[in-house]
Amino acid sequence: MRDISLHILDIMQNSTAAKSTLIKVTIQAETQIGLLDVIIEDNGCGMDEEFLSNVTNPFSTTRTTRKVGLGIPLFKASAEQSGGSFRITSRKGIGTVVKSSYVIDHMDRPPLGDIAGVMADTAAAYQAVEFQLVLTSGNKQFNFNSREVEQRLGGVPLAEFAVVQWLREYIGEGLNEIFGGVLNEIVS
Amino acid sequence: MKSLAELEAIRNKTLDQIKMRTNKSGKRVVVGMATCGIAAGARPVMNAFTEELAKRKLSDVSVTMTGCIGVCRLEPIVEIFDADGTKVTYVKMTAEKAARIVSEHIVNGRVCQDLTIGAAEAESK
Repeated sequence: MRDISLHILDIMQNSTAAKSTLIKVTIQAETQIGLLDVIIEDNGCGMDEEFLSNVTNPFSTTRTTRKVGLGIPLFKASAEQSGGSFRITSRKGIGTVVKSSYVIDHMDRPPLGDIAGVMADTAAAYQAVEFQLVLTSGNKQFNFNSREVEQRLGGVPLAEFAVVQWLREYIGEGLNEIFGGVLNEIVS
Repeated sequence: MKSLAELEAIRNKTLDQIKMRTNKSGKRVVVGMATCGIAAGARPVMNAFTEELAKRKLSDVSVTMTGCIGVCRLEPIVEIFDADGTKVTYVKMTAEKAARIVSEHIVNGRVCQDLTIGAAEAESK
C-alpha cells in the first residue's frame, strides 16, 4: 500500500463486508506528542475472541477463495514500521474498531494520500451505509457526514458525478484546513 | 470555502437532468477493491473510469466497487455488466485501458477481447 488512504479504503471494505450501516473514520494529529491516529469504527457483525486474537496473522481470513488475508497485517506493519502502534478491538454483534498510530515525523510514515477521493468514492459506492469523517488537530475540527449531504441533496444520488466531485473538493478543503502546516504532505 | 449550501444548487441543476434520462443503459462498472486490487493499483483505474464517463456525460453508467473477485494475480480486475446481466471481466487493468474500454465497450458495444480474462488465461498457457 502506497499511502494511508489505501489502508483506510481496505479496512472500510472489511466493514462493508461485515454488513455495517455506519462507518466512522477519524484522523487526528496529536501534535504535542507527534502522533497521527487513524481510527476506523463500524457497527458491523464484529468478530469473536478466537478470530480476533488471530486476525493480525496473514494466514487468517474469512475469505473462501484463498487462505490469506493481508489487509489488517499490512495496516499493522505500516504503523509499526514508522515507530507507531496498532490496535484492533471487536465485539461480536456490536462492531469493530481499528486504530493505527503513526509517528508524524518518522521517515517511514506513509503520506495520507487521497483521503478525499477514497471517502467520496466509497460513500458513492455504498449508499446504504452512513459514512462519517472526523479530522482533528489541536482545537480545529472538520466533520463530514454522508447522511447530512444526502438530506441536502433531496433525491439526487451521492453517486452523481457532480456530487462526487463536490465531495472530493469539500473534504479536500477540510484536510488542508486541519492538517496544513501539521503534516508536511499537505500544502495549504 | 465550500459549504453544504452549494449542494442545493447541485440538486436544482441535476434533478431535472435525472428526470430527463429516459435512455437508461443500465450498464455497471464494478472494480475489485480488496487488498489485492488496491495494492495492484485499482484506485487509479476506478478514477479513470469515473473521469472518462463524466467527460462523455455517460451519467447512466454506474461505477462501484466490490471485494475480492478471486483471481488476485490478475488484479486490478474490472467487471462490466450490461443491462441484461451479461458480464465481461477485464484483467490487469490500467488507467489507459479504462479509457479504451469506455470508448469501445461502453459507448460502441464492442468488447475489448484482448483485455479480457479469457485472453490473459490463454496467453499464460
